[in-house]
Amino acid sequence: MSEQLLNKAEQLLTTIVEKIQSKAGADAIIDSKLNFNRPMVVIDTSVWDNELATILRNDEQLQFDFLSCVSGVDYDNHMEVVYQFYSIPLDNYLMLKVKTNRQEPSVISVKQLWNTADWHEREAFDLLGIRFEGHPNLTRILLQDEWVGHPLRKDYNIDKEELGLD
Amino acid sequence: MVDNIKRQVVFDGKELDEFDPAVAEDIKRNVALVKFDELKAWARTSSFWPLSFGLACCAIEMMATGGAHYDFDRFGVMFRASPRHADVMIVAGTVTSKMAPALRRLYDQMPEPKWVIAMGSCATCGGPYYRSYSVVNGVDKIIPVDVYVPGCPPTPMELIDAVEKLRVKIRTEAKGKRVGLE
Repeated sequence: MSEQLLNKAEQLLTTIVEKIQSKAGADAIIDSKLNFNRPMVVIDTSVWDNELATILRNDEQLQFDFLSCVSGVDYDNHMEVVYQFYSIPLDNYLMLKVKTNRQEPSVISVKQLWNTADWHEREAFDLLGIRFEGHPNLTRILLQDEWVGHPLRKDYNIDKEELGLD
Repeated sequence: MVDNIKRQVVFDGKELDEFDPAVAEDIKRNVALVKFDELKAWARTSSFWPLSFGLACCAIEMMATGGAHYDFDRFGVMFRASPRHADVMIVAGTVTSKMAPALRRLYDQMPEPKWVIAMGSCATCGGPYYRSYSVVNGVDKIIPVDVYVPGCPPTPMELIDAVEKLRVKIRTEAKGKRVGLE
């Protein structure tokens, strides 16, 4: 990667951090760095709200108008929702990680801003049990409706005889 | 089947060797005597019509078997898109708990007689998804299986061999013998 592009990414990271801090306060950012030469920002679920999401999408310098992927991750002590953003007019990338607790994981839904989030959030809910507040139809998308539990959680007990599969 | 001709069979009140030699030769060439069950088995095993039931990557190998290079058609094996036309079900791939009811239903819709080939590790025992939360550990939990093909995925040659095994099984059973593991 050329130095020019690296500088551009560093500037973008600074801009993003400033925008988030000016909106949500100086201690809103848990971690921020270049991850594989692309900006990565970690925030808490209490900071992540509709206003902040709207800034990411509509701000002149950011314009992250395309959401590539939303995924859920179960760490042993907390859960994370990972957003992959892309700005089509500015050709910029951003990875945003939102931390939430493990007992009652809850993150806002960004379905109203990026339609991609609709099914991706339902998948994360289906397999990990992360609740996306404000999602219009937060139901199971892959498993049967009557399924008990969320199978990709680390503490999910897979008993195939009990599930009637063995 | 020509070997099955009984030399002492009486045609029209005459022994075979009493005929004109040319006629006797014709009779030997064109008349075959066989049990009706074995005849049925011969007919059935000469034209398997499998239901194309591709569920995962095994289906790619199944399609390759049907393609020009391996050419399933030369064995009389022609894939059908409807269970009503089919007499063999080649379960090629991973059977999930969500797919299981549909699989059972399709099996029930197939007319008798019908056979099942479980293709690949997933269909035989769950394979790499043995401990997964959503995969049925072997299609034999749902429907009876005649031939198991190991492999992940099995090659076209192995699938052709499986069809040959099924053919041997049907013909042996038609003779009144049992096949399978002791």
